[in-house]
Amino acid sequence: MTAAGQAAPAVDAIISIRSIAKTYASGFRALGRIDLDIRRGELFALLGPNGAGKTTLISIICGIVTPSSGTVLVDGHDTVTDYRATRSLIGLVPQELTTDAFESVWNTVAFSRRLFGKAANPAHIEKVLKDLSLWDKKDSKVMTLSGGMKRRLLIAKALSHEPRILFLDEPTAGVDVTLRAGMWDLVQSLRAFGVTIILTTHYLEEAEEMADRIGVIDKGSIILVEDKAALMRKLGRKQLTLHLAQPLGAIPAALAPYHLDLANHGADLIYSYDDKGQRGSIADLLRSLTELGIEFKDLHTTQSSLEEIFVSLVGGAR
Amino acid sequence: MNRHALAAIYRFEMARWRRTLAQSVISPVLATSLYFVVFGSALGPRIPVIDGVAYGAFIVPGLILLSVLTQSVSNASFGIYFPRFTGTIYELLSAPVSYLEIVLSYAGAAATKSIILGLIMLATAAFFVPLRIEHPLWMLAFLVLTAVTFSLLGFILGIWADGFEQLQLVPLLIITPLGFLGGAFYSIDMLPPLWRGISLANPVVYLISGFRWSFYGQADVALAISLAMNLVFLAVFVAIIAWIFRTGYRLKT
Ligand SMILES: Nc1ncnc2c1ncn2[C@@H]1O[C@H](COP(=O)(O)OP(=O)(O)OP(=O)(O)O)[C@@H](O)[C@H]1O
Ligand SMILES: [Mg+2]
Repeated sequence: MTAAGQAAPAVDAIISIRSIAKTYASGFRALGRIDLDIRRGELFALLGPNGAGKTTLISIICGIVTPSSGTVLVDGHDTVTDYRATRSLIGLVPQELTTDAFESVWNTVAFSRRLFGKAANPAHIEKVLKDLSLWDKKDSKVMTLSGGMKRRLLIAKALSHEPRILFLDEPTAGVDVTLRAGMWDLVQSLRAFGVTIILTTHYLEEAEEMADRIGVIDKGSIILVEDKAALMRKLGRKQLTLHLAQPLGAIPAALAPYHLDLANHGADLIYSYDDKGQRGSIADLLRSLTELGIEFKDLHTTQSSLEEIFVSLVGGAR
Repeated sequence: MNRHALAAIYRFEMARWRRTLAQSVISPVLATSLYFVVFGSALGPRIPVIDGVAYGAFIVPGLILLSVLTQSVSNASFGIYFPRFTGTIYELLSAPVSYLEIVLSYAGAAATKSIILGLIMLATAAFFVPLRIEHPLWMLAFLVLTAVTFSLLGFILGIWADGFEQLQLVPLLIITPLGFLGGAFYSIDMLPPLWRGISLANPVVYLISGFRWSFYGQADVALAISLAMNLVFLAVFVAIIAWIFRTGYRLKT
């Protein structure tokens, strides 16, 4: 089977990954035949447990790792044969904190810009450093920065050449809460500006809050790609908890179709449902309760988070 | 050609050199100056002239070439090894930079440094011994050729090395002995026939011979052979680098 036999890239795909596989020299198969399209301008969250192959996939797209087979097109250009075109478009924030030691912050960011083929532009470097709260450190040697500052420096380097695509491989690891919020503001403004962003993170609230689409990778295979909202709707279980006026000893037979649970010594009645065309059922349940004379003092609903969805997806496969 | 990248890497490497000026310039100049003092001023008058050249002056080309050679290798190897070691190589590999540009900038910077070093040493030598340069253009040509060739060797070493020991051992165990036995301190014509034959297997002999010829007009081996050998080394190293880049050897996984 060849790339030609597969789906043509979606019209709006800025990155088309086709049949990408990677077996490392050690013989370890890190990726097996990945197909994935990243849409222009979206924020795509790539999730997966440690060792799933996220960094490997990103490294292949960026040209750091050679795939064993398959092709990647970035904005229509092949990442191997037309690497100058593809790499100029991409900014990469690596997972590892790898920085120069003796250079100043300013120099190392200015260096990145030119390395990516852009003429020096002090105004842009200044803006990037200010956006990442590194401006007051611009003359410091890199080795004197804290871990979180180095992380932000890596982001500054990736943004120095005004990329159209930004890879963030766990960008918030080690960054404190306030600065993390600031960083997400920056990411949102980049996206508003049309930059496509591919993000990996182990903080699933971040993905839940930021992403347009979510991809889950496990053991080298993509096991799910979905619109975030659709995913939350589809897999996000919802629960309605009714706090009863009088505890129940057992669930009346008439309520059997609802598959209810009793909790809190019969004081709480729990109804689990998902969004798949069951809109009427809550009303039905409440009507049945009234008919049976079961009264309740209060009620609340909860919805499972992306984290719970994620654990059920990859946790179950373990 | 990504000339911005070329310039950026070159300048980055030169800046690194300026930060460590004491180590990379002053120490080789000082070490070689001591040779000039000992052999040129102190012992030199007691050693007979070789091919009509005073001993102190005779050793100058060889000593300069040895320094240029070792500094080219160690500078270029460190330049590319260090980003591999720290991991910052990721940026180079993900940048729109061709392999040719990477070699030109790294090896070019290393060669520049050792050419500057060679010229400083030449000026220093002139203080201690009477110097004569019969073919200045050839002298420069050999200097540049040696610096470039061995910067390429250093680049190969820096990509091959797996640790700092290897980085230091190769110059120490291979380059320095070959250099000292390469006719820096004597003309190989002074050796018994057997050792003379063995010496001809030492590549450095050809480099030093050609370089010394540009000073005093006398050579251990014919100029054309010296030049040809220089170019052969250059070609071999270029071929190895081409192979490294084609296969991604030690650079990509
Ligand atoms: N150079 C290498 N040689 C051999 N195996 C490797 C190499 N790099 C990565 N691997 C293996 O490939 C697998 C995928 O690694 P990768 O770094 O892509 O995971 P990841 O999804 O980014 O994980 P994490 O969340 O921990 O960052 C792991 O099992 C890892 O051990
Ligand atoms: Mg990773």
